[in-house]
Amino acid sequence: MARQHDEHESHGSLKSYVIGFLLSLVLTAIPLVVVLNDLMEGTPAKVLLLGSAVLQFVVQLFYFMHLKEEKKPRYNLMVLLLGIAIVLTIVAGSIWIMTYNKVA
Amino acid sequence: MWDNIKDFASEFFVTGDPLIYGADVAIVLTVVAIVSALTYFKKWKWLWREWLTTVDHKRIGIMYVIASLLMLFRGGVDALLMRTQLAMPELDFLEPEHYNAIFTTHGVIMILFMAMPLMFGLFNLVVPLQIGARDVAYPFLNSVSFWLFFMGAMLFNMSFVIGGSPDAGWLSYPPLSETMFSPGPGQDFYIWGIQISGIGSLMTGINFIVTILKMRAPGMRLMKMPMFTWSTLSSCLTIILAFPILTVTLALLFIDRYLGAHFFTLDGGGNPMMYINLIWMWGHPEVYIVVLPAFGIFSEIVATFSKKRLFGYKSMVFALMSISFFSFFTWAHHFFTMGSGANVNAFFAVTTMLIAIPTGVKVFNWLFTMYRGRLSFPTPMMWTIAFIPCFVVGGMTGVLLSVAPADFQFHNSYFLIAHFHQVLIGGVAFGFFAGLYYWWPKVFGFTLHEGIGKWAFWFWNIGFYVCFMPQYVLGLMGMTRRMNTYGWDRGWWELNLTSTIGGFLMGIGFLFQVWQILHSIKFFKKAPADPWNGRTLEWTIPSPAPLYNFATLPRVSERDPFWEEKQRREKGILPPPPPPLEPIHMPRNSGVPFVMSAFWFVAGFGFVEHWTWMAIAGLVGVAASMMVHSFNYNTDYYIPVDEIKRTEAAAAKGAV
Repeated sequence: MARQHDEHESHGSLKSYVIGFLLSLVLTAIPLVVVLNDLMEGTPAKVLLLGSAVLQFVVQLFYFMHLKEEKKPRYNLMVLLLGIAIVLTIVAGSIWIMTYNKVA
Repeated sequence: MWDNIKDFASEFFVTGDPLIYGADVAIVLTVVAIVSALTYFKKWKWLWREWLTTVDHKRIGIMYVIASLLMLFRGGVDALLMRTQLAMPELDFLEPEHYNAIFTTHGVIMILFMAMPLMFGLFNLVVPLQIGARDVAYPFLNSVSFWLFFMGAMLFNMSFVIGGSPDAGWLSYPPLSETMFSPGPGQDFYIWGIQISGIGSLMTGINFIVTILKMRAPGMRLMKMPMFTWSTLSSCLTIILAFPILTVTLALLFIDRYLGAHFFTLDGGGNPMMYINLIWMWGHPEVYIVVLPAFGIFSEIVATFSKKRLFGYKSMVFALMSISFFSFFTWAHHFFTMGSGANVNAFFAVTTMLIAIPTGVKVFNWLFTMYRGRLSFPTPMMWTIAFIPCFVVGGMTGVLLSVAPADFQFHNSYFLIAHFHQVLIGGVAFGFFAGLYYWWPKVFGFTLHEGIGKWAFWFWNIGFYVCFMPQYVLGLMGMTRRMNTYGWDRGWWELNLTSTIGGFLMGIGFLFQVWQILHSIKFFKKAPADPWNGRTLEWTIPSPAPLYNFATLPRVSERDPFWEEKQRREKGILPPPPPPLEPIHMPRNSGVPFVMSAFWFVAGFGFVEHWTWMAIAGLVGVAASMMVHSFNYNTDYYIPVDEIKRTEAAAAKGAV
C-alpha cells in the first residue's frame, strides 16, 4: 500500500489554474488564427504550429501537472526527461529509417 | 435449425485435424476433472476467497508462476511438434498451415505468456520481501494486472480450437497479417490476447517502480538495494517506455483489419515496413525486459553461494540501468535487410555492439564474485554456472549478427534461430529456473528434492546444446527459419535429427522438474527461514512468509543487511530488540479484478468474432466494474497485535 494519505503535496491555487487555463487558450488560439486566416504558409507555419504545441505541453506540465512543486528526489522530472528522450528517438529514428523505405 | 447449428459449429471450431481433435478431448476432460474435483472437495468458496480475489503479492506471484509453467508446457509441446516434423526430410506429420500456426504460437507463448509472467511472478514473490515492504504499492492494481494477463493468455490460447490459430509469425508482420492474406479470426485472437495482457504488463511496470521507489524499509537507500530489486527497477522502467509502443502498433493493425484503414497495407498509402519499424521498437527492449531480471537473480545467487559480497555493485547497477536505456537505440538491427541504407545500418550495428559492453561487465562481476569465494553448488548455483558460458556464446553469436553486412547472410536462417534461443533459454529460462529454485523454500515453505533437480538440470543442459548447436551449422548450410520440410538432397537431416533429439531431452528435463515438485510435495520437508545462508531481508522472516511479511519493519543500514547482522551475531554483538508490535494496515481482497478481466475477455472475444453486441456488452461490464470499485470504501483493515503474536509464535514453533 502506498502511503498516499500522509504525504499530500500542494496542488496549486485558483490563480495558477486560471493563468494556466488562459495560457492554454492563447496558445491554442494563435495557430488557429494564423492558419485559418492564411497569415503564414509553408515552413514558417509549421514552425509556429510545432512551437506553440511545445509551449502548450510545457504549460500543462507546470500549471496542471505540478512539475515544479515536486519534492526531491524529482522522480517525475527524471522519468519525464527519459520519456522525452525515448519519444524523440522513436520519432526521429522512424523518420530516418523510413526515408529509405517508401512504398511506391 | 440443426443444419444452422452444424454450419456455425464447423466455422466456429477448428475442424479436420486429428491432433486438434485430440486436444479438444484433452481440454474437455481436464475441465471436467477440475470442475468435479472442486465440487467434490467443496473447494469453490476456498478458490474464490483465497486465490481468485486475493490481493496478496505472494499469492499473485504463485498464480503467475503456475500459469507460466502451464504456458511453458504448451509452448514446449509446440516446439516438440515442430522438431518432430523436422526430424527427417519430407515428413507429413504437420500440414504446412498447421506448422505455420505452431511456430507462431510457440513464439508468442514463450515470450509473452511464459517468460513475462514467470518474471512478474518472481517480482511479486521476491521484491516486496527484499525491500522490507508488506505488499506492493497498489495491491488491487496488482491483482488487475494478473487477471488481465491470465484472460489475455486464455483468449490467445483458445484460438487453436476455436476459430483457428494466428499463423503470420510471432510478430505478425503485415501485409501477411492484414485481412487480405489472413481473413480468419486468428490474427484478431493474436491482437486481443496481447493487448489485454499488455495492459496488465504496463500496470505491473508502474506498480513495481512505485513500490521500489516509495516502499523500501527505513534506511535502505537506493544504493543499498539488493541487485534483484535493481534489475526489477530497470526492467520495469523499460516496460513502461516500451509497452505503449506495442499497444499502439497492434491497435493500428487492428484498425486496419476491423475498420479497413490503411496504416500497413500495400495500397491506399499504407506501408507495412512502418509496422516492422514500430514493432521492433518494442521488440528489442522486450528481450532486455525479460533478461535483466535474470541478471539480477544470478547476482543474488552468485553472492549467496560464494559467501561473498557481490563484486562491483556500482558497476552492476550502472550496467543494468544503462542497458534499460540503450536498449531503445538498437531496434533496426532486426531488419538490416529491409533496405534502410548503409548509414542507418552502420549506426544500428554500432549501437548493437556497444550494448554488449555492459553485459560483458556483468559477466566479469559474477566471475570475480566467485573468485576466492567459499563456493557451494546446490541447484540454483548450478543453473547460474551453466548460464555463464551459454550466455557468453549466445552473446558472441549476437555480435556476429550485429555486423550488418554479414547479417545479409545470417538473416532469417537457423543461425539466427540458434542465437536467440541460446540467449533466451540460456539467459532467461535458466535465470528464472535458478530464481525459482533459489526462492522456492521461501515461497512455498518446503524444500525441493535436490537429486531430481540435478537430473532435470543435466537433461536441460545437455539437451540444450544437442538441440541448438547443430542449428548454427544448419543456418550456415542455408536452412532458413519457418521452413516446414526439406528434401533428402539438402544434406540437413543428420543435424536436424540431432537437434530433435536435443529438443526431446529438454522435454524430459521439464518432466523431471514436474516430478521434482510433485515428489517434494508428497514427501513434505519443511523449509527453514534461511535455507541457503542468505544475505538479504527475505531470509529474515519465516518460510513461507506470513500474510503481513514483516511483523515489525526492518531497519537497514548497509548492503546485504541480513548477512552483516549474522556476522555481528557471531562476534557476539546482538541487534537491538525489535520495536513493539503495532496493528498492521492491510489491503482487503476484492473480486473486482477477476470480474473486470473476465469482461475484458468477453469484449476481446466479441472483437475477434466481429460480434459487436458482445464487444459492447464486455466493455460496458468493464466500465461497470470500475464504477463498482470506485464506490467501494471498504478497501483496507488492520491486523490486531494479538493475531500477529499468534502467527509469529506458530511460525517460530514450526521452524524448530
